[in-house]
Amino acid sequence: MTVEKIKLMQGNEACVEGAVAAGMRFFAGYPITPSTEIAEISAAKLPRVGGKFIQMEDEIASISAVIGASLAGKKAMTATSGPGFSLKQESIGYAVIAEIPCVIVNVQRGGPSTGMPTSPAQGDVMQARWGTHGDHSIIALYPSTVKEVYDTTIKAFNLAEKYRTPVILLMDEVIGHMREKVVLPREGEIKIYNRKKPTVSPEEYKPYKATDDMVPEMANIGEGYRYHVTGLVHDEFGNPTNNNVTAEELIKRLVNKIENNIDDIVEYEEYKMEDAEEVIVAYGSTARSVKSAIDILRDRGRKIGLFKPITIWPSPKKELELLGKNMKRILVVEMNMGQYLLEVERICRKYTEVKGYGRVNGELISPNEIVSFVEEG
Amino acid sequence: MTNYLIEKYYRTERLPHIWCPGCGNGIVLKAIVKAIDNLNLNQNEVCVVSGIGCSSRATGYLDFNTVHTTHGRALAFATGIKFANPKLHVVVITGDGDCAAIGGNHLIHAARRNIDITTIVFNNNIYGMTGGQYSPTTPTGDKGTTAPYGNIDPNFDLCELAKSAGATYVSRSTVYGVNMITKQVEEGIKNKGFSFIEILTTCPTYYGRKNKKGNAAEMIKQLNEITINVNAYNNLPQEKRENKIVIGELYKDIREEYTEKYDRLIKSF
Amino acid sequence: MVFREFRLSGSGGQGLILAGVILAEAALKDGKNVVQSQSYGPEARGGASRSEVIICDSIINYPKIEKCDLLLALTQKAYEKYIDTLKSGGVLIKDDNIEETIKRDDIEVYSVPIISTANNGLKRPMVANIIALGCICEVTKVVTKESLEKSVINRVPHGTEEINKKALYEGYSLIKSKKGKICHEA
Repeated sequence: MTVEKIKLMQGNEACVEGAVAAGMRFFAGYPITPSTEIAEISAAKLPRVGGKFIQMEDEIASISAVIGASLAGKKAMTATSGPGFSLKQESIGYAVIAEIPCVIVNVQRGGPSTGMPTSPAQGDVMQARWGTHGDHSIIALYPSTVKEVYDTTIKAFNLAEKYRTPVILLMDEVIGHMREKVVLPREGEIKIYNRKKPTVSPEEYKPYKATDDMVPEMANIGEGYRYHVTGLVHDEFGNPTNNNVTAEELIKRLVNKIENNIDDIVEYEEYKMEDAEEVIVAYGSTARSVKSAIDILRDRGRKIGLFKPITIWPSPKKELELLGKNMKRILVVEMNMGQYLLEVERICRKYTEVKGYGRVNGELISPNEIVSFVEEG
Repeated sequence: MTNYLIEKYYRTERLPHIWCPGCGNGIVLKAIVKAIDNLNLNQNEVCVVSGIGCSSRATGYLDFNTVHTTHGRALAFATGIKFANPKLHVVVITGDGDCAAIGGNHLIHAARRNIDITTIVFNNNIYGMTGGQYSPTTPTGDKGTTAPYGNIDPNFDLCELAKSAGATYVSRSTVYGVNMITKQVEEGIKNKGFSFIEILTTCPTYYGRKNKKGNAAEMIKQLNEITINVNAYNNLPQEKRENKIVIGELYKDIREEYTEKYDRLIKSF
Repeated sequence: MVFREFRLSGSGGQGLILAGVILAEAALKDGKNVVQSQSYGPEARGGASRSEVIICDSIINYPKIEKCDLLLALTQKAYEKYIDTLKSGGVLIKDDNIEETIKRDDIEVYSVPIISTANNGLKRPMVANIIALGCICEVTKVVTKESLEKSVINRVPHGTEEINKKALYEGYSLIKSKKGKICHEA
């Protein structure tokens, strides 16, 4: 590493840096705290690399423009926070069914509604999973350090392109606004994945015919492959249909292209798990507090570790199940009233005790609080 | 000619379309492809974007790059497409509900930016797809399934709206005068900026039936009776202008186009 | 003593977030681990504003500060709000306009004419934050002057590098010359 590549960087800034490194050349957004820096930095950076930035008239327009730009061949992203994330949900579903790669960043703040705009929260974890209507699967990633924001943003673009799907990047106010040391990789060290282009002539091209990995090849608008894109249930040609068999096949394929590739998609970090008898499951900024708490608890002789999913959705089912079988107790700590707790309970409850600790007052949970919870609980 | 246009520009395997007998949408659609043919545009470089509603189903029948988006958002999707690849000719097909109600915000902002998109509104004064509810262009007093005692809302003049918001080409025509539609679409596409074309069309199934307007042919004749060409209108004395809907080219302006402006910014680095 | 946790407080618009960023960047240049975070209200000017910096040799997980080793207070309101968060044995650097309404005999206090130096001496109210950084550096030696200067130049608006450098030196000398008189020591 050269010295120049070590930087003091804000989470929101690292998101843009990662996005540009991943090939983002289009950003559409709307100002909202605490994600606004992502738009501001994109506005400054993109035209300098030949990319496009546009501030749209609202949140819905932003995600719509992003989907349009992706169809026209650009890697595209939008960023928002809670209220804006709610507004974008319908179009996220459009990107799911029409299989259009894009990245949606949600720097979470206190909710519901306008809530606490300048305070952190993790209340959108379930909205990330089930925010848009209808049956679907989704990929949502959640970094907890500024360097991880950089890496995870790149991963978000790669997964979006690989699986032709919207990818949600969850952050929270703490991660978005804090600054810390980042060692950036050199250009050649970054692995970039681009959407699969058609391998057949326009005459033979079926835009929604799945290949072996269940992901269809994608032609960009203007490349000579004229086809129809719709949010309606459609056949292999993209034509709308009410055929029950086609509908079932499509929805199942859209879900399975993610769920069947879970090993490729899932990423997590373990901290002091080698001899752990108890585990805390936490993600995002809360995972940082948990690490500090674990250091304290370990000093006091407790065999406890952290399991931090970076891929929040699809959840790391296999790994969680294993924890359920091996741990005396699983504790879920999060800045909400128990959203991921539901998922951990669903998977682990039949094997072991699962308990949750949540906080919704707009403050990051402190290590001492976690220590007390573990020792008293 | 018609067969040639259909063979060349329609996805014939998708026909017949879902529109009702007497619906004016087919007339408008043919006029649009004729305009594109007259301009001799490369089909691969044309992108037609629509929202949700009867008229927005048009994209499914056309052999271009077609994107049938979400309700009201066609212009926002189209903005992304055009901005990402300014070489494309982007045409938006939308309806009165799609464009003026749920999508009204996107309309005024696309016009304000003067982005090179040609927006064609199929205005049939009603929500057809959902079964006949009143829209922002349903004339005050007219009925819909959600206005059983008559609509008390004032209705929008969409062309005035588009003009005020910054469109650089604004026109109106009706399905009574097909050649005028074609001419206007040609001019709209040629205009390097935001073009807005409102086409008054017929919905005999809902709007016509609810408001006792007669059959499709009678409705089309009525469109001729209630409209007047802009030149003739300008020569009318004030007292005779009332209740007339003006058709023709209503407004033209020259203003730098949005994507060109941004490209200048990119080149400045 | 080892200075690990810094809280810079005052009102919105005084540039405290920028000061925190500059301090963190200087520490980073010195090879330390740092985390800088901030808390702010909805108002861009006025209101309470604080910036927090953690500087240490090991990995920093929990990014927030509960009790701090050093508190900078530029307004009466900020002083009163945060004085209790200063650790016993910690250092308070306050503007000399602030009245010490809450007496603590377990801390070291520097009462420094930061704002008046910016307003009257340098005739640039905007540089109070940089003067304060100079004071912090001179008192704590938490960063090298070389790194701090580089980081100031890197982060201030173009065209204001010289005046900000002057402000930084002014901060050093306010402490060195004991103008920032030590009220009482821990």
